[in-house]
Amino acid sequence: MDDASLSVRETSPKSPPYTAHRSFLEEVIEATPGDSRLGMCIQCGTCGGSCPSAADMDHTPRQIFAMIRADMREQVLRSNTPWYCVSCYYCTVRCPQEVHITDVMYTLKRMAIREKLYDDSTAPDFSQTFIGYIENYGRSFEFGLATRHNLRHRPFQLPAMVPMGLGMLTKGRMDLTPHRIENIEQLQKILARAIELEVS
Amino acid sequence: MPKYLFYPGCSLQRSARPYQDSINAVKELIGLELEDVRDWNCCGATEYVAIHHLAAHALVGRNLALAAQQVDGTRTVMAACSACYLNLAKTDSYLRADADLAEQVNTALAAGGLHYTPGTVRVRHLLDIVVNDIGLDTIKSRVVRPLKGLRVAPYYGCMIARPDRDNRWDNVEHPVAMDRLMKALGAEVIDFPMKTHCCGGHMTQINLPVAFELIRRLIHGADQYQADLIVTLCPMCQLNLDAYQADVNRYFNTDYRLPVVYFTQLVGLAFGLEPDRLGLGKEFVDARPALSRIGIELPPAEAAEAEAAVARRARKQKAPAGLPMPRMPNDHEEGQ
Repeated sequence: MDDASLSVRETSPKSPPYTAHRSFLEEVIEATPGDSRLGMCIQCGTCGGSCPSAADMDHTPRQIFAMIRADMREQVLRSNTPWYCVSCYYCTVRCPQEVHITDVMYTLKRMAIREKLYDDSTAPDFSQTFIGYIENYGRSFEFGLATRHNLRHRPFQLPAMVPMGLGMLTKGRMDLTPHRIENIEQLQKILARAIELEVS
Repeated sequence: MPKYLFYPGCSLQRSARPYQDSINAVKELIGLELEDVRDWNCCGATEYVAIHHLAAHALVGRNLALAAQQVDGTRTVMAACSACYLNLAKTDSYLRADADLAEQVNTALAAGGLHYTPGTVRVRHLLDIVVNDIGLDTIKSRVVRPLKGLRVAPYYGCMIARPDRDNRWDNVEHPVAMDRLMKALGAEVIDFPMKTHCCGGHMTQINLPVAFELIRRLIHGADQYQADLIVTLCPMCQLNLDAYQADVNRYFNTDYRLPVVYFTQLVGLAFGLEPDRLGLGKEFVDARPALSRIGIELPPAEAAEAEAAVARRARKQKAPAGLPMPRMPNDHEEGQ
């Protein structure tokens, strides 16, 4: 915090907090590509009412947006809400204020991962394992993903999954080895550069 | 003959192979000339963007840049998978709207010697092209075996119609393109109220009970409308509703047997093509009983038999007692 902002705070105690420090709301808006319109939320609750997994969320999307405005950074990033978002975009198309809700959920996931602020690692690990195959091969690899993910997160359910796995194999719907794209080096260079730009 | 650049995506290579097989079987009959985007990579599904946002756009950007190099006569990139379609369309749309983002993505692409000018290609879904470019008249003219008497529940899932930043669809919650296509094939089409509700996407890998409930209500809905089968256009929807149906039955103590097939498979059947050329028989929930009702006989597949036996055994193991599970009053196993 520089001197100028400090003096603003001291001389005018009633000025809104965003003149003194960057609010969590601003942080989320900045980390969301394009115009998320998050600041326009009117707390109508259409999002939660349209959400197929709202019942399983710690907080409905409407509550999460109120918490973001209230600067409840850690509680928001620890909430399971973004991890139960199934990317169906019902909330996004129904929101009367055209808030890019699904995109905001992705932003919250990225922030929670970066700061390791999640209580259940199942979903973050799934995304991580999935993108690991993309970064190594350029393609997803269902057999590797399913076995690795389930061995780690629900080993006791593996026997119950055998019939499906066998079915996928016998029906020719699953490969046992991954497929690598020809120019994987090119893809890796592009992704490395993008990640570099993202953190800078 | 219209030519389109084709982005197959990872699912069509394997888990949705029947989709790819049926596209291959019907494409010449409807004048659909496809050229694969060379050396395409995964679109990132719903996972890459949960970790990195700029890299997620760069990942898709490489596909758009490669497709742009092949632009010659057509600039339409077609995807048959809804997640691929959405990711390609969404990145192009975001890059068009946000010059800073476009510049950053191009800085990343430059590391691989590529460049993409936003808006160079037009991203569209296979269903959009079949219904709006090829047209239902052409489809009707090819029908030699109308699907008369087959009750189908058209299931679109989420990502084809939403968020629809390019306004490709008539309605983001109740699209009718596939309904009209099925009618053109002679099928009896259910006005399926859950046609764009969510199948759960990757939820089967995160929390099974949550995923099972999302799958159950779709199958239950189609079953209440007495559908013979569910027809879809998305590999994830097909996998969740088909491969997990036995697990859902076990979990809820139900006995649904609703086959889930791709719309291109039904197009092929109506065109008189042999079922095995269309990848039929590779579904977990056997489509044969539904298809034999309209006189289409599939050869008995050993694998399907074995699978059905496993599913039957699993159903018998269900415990009669236990915690109460959500149940609808007129459920299958109670009402019949």
